[in-house]
Amino acid sequence: MSIRLEHVNYIYKDNSDDVHQALKDVNLEIRPGEFIGIVGHTGSGKSTLIQHLNGLLRPSSGKVLYDEKDIFEEGYPLRQLRGKVGVCFQYPEYQLFEQNILEDVCFGPMNFGKTKEEAMTLAKGALASVGMSEDLFLKSPFELSGGQKRRVAIAGILAMEPEYFVLDEPTAGLDPIGRDQILNLLRKLHEEKNMTIILVSHSMEDVAEYVDRMIVMNHGEVLFDDDKRKVFQHEKELNEIGLSVPFYCSLMKDLNAHGFPVKTDVLTVEEAKEAIMEVIRKKRNNA
Amino acid sequence: MSKGGFSEKKMAILDVKNLIHKYIAYEDSQDESQEIKEEIKAIDDISFHVEKGEFIAILGRNGSGKSSLAKHINGLLMPTEGAVYVKGMDTKDYRNLLNIRQSAGIVFQNPDNQIVGTIVEEDVAFGPENMGVPSEDIWKRITRALEGVGMSAYKEASPNHLSGGQKQRIAIAGIMAMEPECIVLDEPTAMLDPQGRRHVLTLVKELNQEKKITILMVTHHMQEVLLADRIIVMDHGKIVMDGTPKEIFSRVEELKKLGLEVPYATELAYELRKEGVPLSEDITTREELVEELCQFV
Repeated sequence: MSIRLEHVNYIYKDNSDDVHQALKDVNLEIRPGEFIGIVGHTGSGKSTLIQHLNGLLRPSSGKVLYDEKDIFEEGYPLRQLRGKVGVCFQYPEYQLFEQNILEDVCFGPMNFGKTKEEAMTLAKGALASVGMSEDLFLKSPFELSGGQKRRVAIAGILAMEPEYFVLDEPTAGLDPIGRDQILNLLRKLHEEKNMTIILVSHSMEDVAEYVDRMIVMNHGEVLFDDDKRKVFQHEKELNEIGLSVPFYCSLMKDLNAHGFPVKTDVLTVEEAKEAIMEVIRKKRNNA
Repeated sequence: MSKGGFSEKKMAILDVKNLIHKYIAYEDSQDESQEIKEEIKAIDDISFHVEKGEFIAILGRNGSGKSSLAKHINGLLMPTEGAVYVKGMDTKDYRNLLNIRQSAGIVFQNPDNQIVGTIVEEDVAFGPENMGVPSEDIWKRITRALEGVGMSAYKEASPNHLSGGQKQRIAIAGIMAMEPECIVLDEPTAMLDPQGRRHVLTLVKELNQEKKITILMVTHHMQEVLLADRIIVMDHGKIVMDGTPKEIFSRVEELKKLGLEVPYATELAYELRKEGVPLSEDITTREELVEELCQFV
């Protein structure tokens, strides 16, 4: 069981007929239960990559395999695949269109052949899991706040019960509380429902805090694909391609450079606190 | 507004007096004959002055009234009660509006919604053209504005082909071509990637320091807030804090209660203080934190 990309190249022509290669020989495997972060600056191929995962884009060469079956082979049920690999694009709230949020969330499951009744049950469950209370179910999507709309759009995909959930910058433009709500929801889906999450993000801090494995894209190629801690050790290479390491990670290096002997394998504020306290406690005990 | 020797520096470019903004929300209920009306106070009695050359960050949760406030500054929204004066001009008097909009330009979050021209220089020319600036002057202004935002090379490009950060810089150039004294930016980097964000912020800081343009910037990003020399925190339509970054960020717990964050260095210093490490309460930058911590070894 997995989604596997084998030697995937994607080449396209722009309006002025110039040829661009958006993906270059991409090889990777996404296994069930993983929590993956995909990072890279604008134009690095992240969005092109995720559109291959559910067959929205067809590789110019190479293969996309779902459970070892080539999804572009003739007769492959691509439509079903799109129910199993849910993709949430940037600013998904622009795609809300129904009269009320319950109807909107029903749209996906009904499109995949569920009866109205089944769809309602799924939609209610999905809305509850994103933290929307029942008294909002009959509201128009346009009466909601930005963060609420975003969560309704996410519920629309969850209601299809995908096995893999791909999200392109799901926290863009939200305030800190809205952002934390979405990221904690993803963590919960991963931990409690064992859902596979693939998160495209610009925020190294969010990636450091939430994902396990990190894929770094640069000029259409996979530059790194490893445990996040290992990837963040490549500070120099990340800086060179316009990315950074999390604040607390580079802070630890600064501290060392200034004679404060703290360990540098640190990603979050909690880890930074522990690492610094260790040094200070040692000092206190020696004093 | 004072006159005389110190007038230039001390002149209030913006004066907000007991500003209230209400709007009515219509709610469709199941029974079509009934419409429940709800009066919402987006801005609830706020007053503050801004002096020429200040760089102010406006902070607050979504729905705290920040954007509504920004739209009052150049008369896109009108006060329900109270008043907003830009260089002494009341925004409620429509005869002032043209002057006000030349003095205070506004840049919005979504770069795609603010580009009107089909090529970059045309877009930048839109403002000064509307102001009736003679055409030879318009060309000079376009050149200056595009140089100012580092986009001269793209003057004949189609805005469609630019990145979000580049579009946002074009939007700022369009404002600069009107030569305003004040620029209001409503979450200008929210839709940009880290590189686009850095470019826009560097530009905004330059406009403030070199061209002495007064800046009011609405943002959620704590690292961006640190560029400002004054922070106004809003909550439920009211100003709940107003001070320097150091004053504001030494109030970590209050900010957290308001659903806001603090800069990374401040957050770590706060956590370490809770463990009994005697660090200053006003640490906001990496350098300050490194310096203080190094005293313990």
